[in-house]
Amino acid sequence: MCAVELTTDKRTEAGVLVNDFAIVAATVNGSGSQTANNTLVRALFKMGIPVNGKNLFPSNIYGLPTWYTIRLSKDGYIARRPDYHVLAAMNPKTQAEDIEKLASGGLCIYPEEWKLKPTRSDITYVPMPVREMVKESGAPPALKEYVANMVYVGAVAELLGIDLVEIKNALSYFLKGKAKAVDLNYFLVEKAAMHVREHFTDLPRNFRAERMDATRGKVLIEGNSAAALGAIFGGVSVAAWYPITPSTSMIDALMDYAKELRVEPDGKKTLVVVQAEDELAAAGIIIGAGWMGARALTATSGPGISLMAEFSGLAYFAEVPCVIWDIQRMGPSTGLPTRTSQGDVLKAYYLSHGDTRHVVLLPANMKECFEFGWRAHDLADRLQTPIFVLSDLDLGMNLWMTDPFDYPDQPMDRGKVITYEDLEKFGTWGRYKDVDGDGIGYRSLPGQGPAYFARGTGHTEYATYSERPDDWQKNLDRLARKFETARRIVPKPISQLEAHATCGIIAYGSTDAPVAEARDLLKAAGLITSYHRLRALPLGEATHEFVGLYERIYVVENNYLGQMAQLLKMEYPDLADRIISISHCDGLPLTARWIADSILEKEQK
Amino acid sequence: MTARTAKTNALGLEKTAYKGAESTLCNGCGHDSISAKIIDACWELGLDQRYIFKLSGIGCSSKTPAYFLGLSHSFNTVHGRMPSVATGATLANRKLICIGVSGDGDTGSIGLGQFKHLLRRNVPMVYIVENNGVYGLTKGQFSATADENQRQKYYGVNHFPPIDLCLEAIVADCTFVARSFSGDPQQCRELIKAALSHKGTALLDIISPCVTFNDTPESTKSYAYGKAHNIELQEIEYIPPGLVIQRQEITIPEYAEGETIAVTLHDGSQILLKKTDQSHDPRDKQAAIRLLEQAKAEQKFITGLIYIAEPRPTLGELERIADTPLAELPEERLRPSREALAKIMASLA
Repeated sequence: MCAVELTTDKRTEAGVLVNDFAIVAATVNGSGSQTANNTLVRALFKMGIPVNGKNLFPSNIYGLPTWYTIRLSKDGYIARRPDYHVLAAMNPKTQAEDIEKLASGGLCIYPEEWKLKPTRSDITYVPMPVREMVKESGAPPALKEYVANMVYVGAVAELLGIDLVEIKNALSYFLKGKAKAVDLNYFLVEKAAMHVREHFTDLPRNFRAERMDATRGKVLIEGNSAAALGAIFGGVSVAAWYPITPSTSMIDALMDYAKELRVEPDGKKTLVVVQAEDELAAAGIIIGAGWMGARALTATSGPGISLMAEFSGLAYFAEVPCVIWDIQRMGPSTGLPTRTSQGDVLKAYYLSHGDTRHVVLLPANMKECFEFGWRAHDLADRLQTPIFVLSDLDLGMNLWMTDPFDYPDQPMDRGKVITYEDLEKFGTWGRYKDVDGDGIGYRSLPGQGPAYFARGTGHTEYATYSERPDDWQKNLDRLARKFETARRIVPKPISQLEAHATCGIIAYGSTDAPVAEARDLLKAAGLITSYHRLRALPLGEATHEFVGLYERIYVVENNYLGQMAQLLKMEYPDLADRIISISHCDGLPLTARWIADSILEKEQK
Repeated sequence: MTARTAKTNALGLEKTAYKGAESTLCNGCGHDSISAKIIDACWELGLDQRYIFKLSGIGCSSKTPAYFLGLSHSFNTVHGRMPSVATGATLANRKLICIGVSGDGDTGSIGLGQFKHLLRRNVPMVYIVENNGVYGLTKGQFSATADENQRQKYYGVNHFPPIDLCLEAIVADCTFVARSFSGDPQQCRELIKAALSHKGTALLDIISPCVTFNDTPESTKSYAYGKAHNIELQEIEYIPPGLVIQRQEITIPEYAEGETIAVTLHDGSQILLKKTDQSHDPRDKQAAIRLLEQAKAEQKFITGLIYIAEPRPTLGELERIADTPLAELPEERLRPSREALAKIMASLA
């Protein structure tokens, strides 16, 4: 039960929503609507309006429904919003449901040739002669379906007041300035805009996109591209992967950027990307490369993570640096490959059998996808262990507005490495000997330093095989010490403490955006919250302190089991009763409304 | 001190310098003979152990890298997945020599997929399978190379035909495929030397009797069987690059009966193949496949160089990776400049 009415609609006096509504383009997948949607997003972005695009697409090549939501938010909110006000209904199979969900007062653009019978009187129907316009454009048959999407771009632009110059510029940007393609597409945009102008003179213009100055200096990028870029600036030189949605575009971006950034004057590469035969091999390749001393990564998703379990344990125990990106999607099992979730937290943290634990980074935005992209390699080398980076489909495959990325603020940290020359100074050396008390030994690289025998079997600090209980115990004690070192050096959580807060919220990753908005909604409803955003596992002391501050700590996450809440309860058994899980997983990014409602409901109990 | 001066190699090292830790395998295990031949080969070739690394999977065979070349780095990985680790390691440092040791279970069962893909990519390494047809560490189960209809005390009869790893390698376009017998030290050693000079994957399938679980006279992987039935395709002698006077391209002259021919490998070394009464031409892929099929049908124990071809480009060559090993690249070649980042950011604005 929610007693407080929450609303995000802020209509002006005249009943017009300015830069604070959502557009949905409902299309058929494979019909080429991506350029159309990206064009709208970019045009709005260039008008200085905070904007976010989210693609809800099927695991399919052609013919299944796709919905692309564009949210304009003058307040800068970038989370998903569940309602929409402008609909481009381009998919006959879903139009009935799509129209039914359209907000009251909304605009519905659809192909005139459908001869729809209006079912709602509280919305405005805008039929467009799509077929006729496409015919008129002279588009070759192969392109007809693609360019048809430009009709809704033009109609939306005209109805909302989006500057057509920005649309043209955006088209030119995505079509890489190819004049013929730009002209063909823009012909339809203009045609559609003109049609609206001429035929719908008395339409209520309830929704308006007005120029602002809130995107100056910002860029638009997808999380997977940001991650790839980060890895390249982190000096990754071997990447191995097996195609899996939604991680594939990270490797695609890596290959694209590598062409520009990692080819030497003689045409030779300093980054090699190997498409492996499966995720086991991908893990093996990066572990081989990491053991040899190269910076290596793989990108995968849930099923791939499961397959990498055994190898992850080897890298943990033989202490081999490598970086594993998990662009999370829905599980269990194959789940929903094209839907987002945060369901791999516990799996990644404890991946592999025996007493294995891993360092897990939790980027929440584009800047962190980039920063953790390079920092993960520093941490891997410093801690001599696999570093998991948990992104998700929402972060990875959607376009986000962000401040430009900061160049790495420190040189690469290659960690503790001993060479043949060092050995002369050291005298004796044991690969797994904890000479500094931080649980981290000095590693040596083949061809560059003294030999040792790396293995996944029991070993002494001199890397010799051992089945002795005391050797085993000593080794695990040291690994535990190393994990404590990790606790201190992984990215720190970010706390926003409010003086009059009565409860705390913990979240991480892509849930950050809706939580930030939910806190404003809660504040408006009279509930002041403090916020603690986790950025890595293992949890640090700051998190323990935060949990200690409030009697109720809401842990918000996009999975079914409330995995982080479970982990917090396990880490802080003395405070376990104050940890309340707010978790939900239906394939969609969480919304601020749902989070605020859920917390209010618990508060009122 | 003996009066005799110890023999040293080109690096001035005695053979003992190439030893590893003491073996923990069963007395008489064929694998130990192979380790000894790896030591012999590397010592005789004067290889610097600092520039060799050893890889293995899991199993008796995979323990052996601990028992040879003690001054070389080594990584005992996971079961059946040594090929992928080798792929990454050789990409990361293309200047080092990779010797991988696996077993018939490791390669033929759990690791068959990775094995085939390694060959397909032509990962530069010597890939030795110590093949005894049986799982030793788990006490005597059949492996994928066990003889059809073979009987084991506890596990009964094996009804399945064996996987011939040499055949698998040839059809996966491996360009150096040999079979040997751990009871034939001379042939083993010479083939290892030749394999070390091959560009790309060189597969050595070495029948290596398991004295504990598979050494009964009727087993085709036993000492008695091997000694009695070993049919050597050639007498093999390896000539290191420095001793090869007349360098020639890898094209082999016509192979006539009774003739000794020389195959020049890519580092300039040569293998001299002296024909026995067998008439196999190792340059003929179809003949190599026929030979193996026939040997399987007739239960013949054929050893020697089965197939050799002009090496395909290695994975690293195809990928055009930098000449400096990736693992040794300095930061300035790995991290693009501040300006490069600014340029990309501007392109996204």
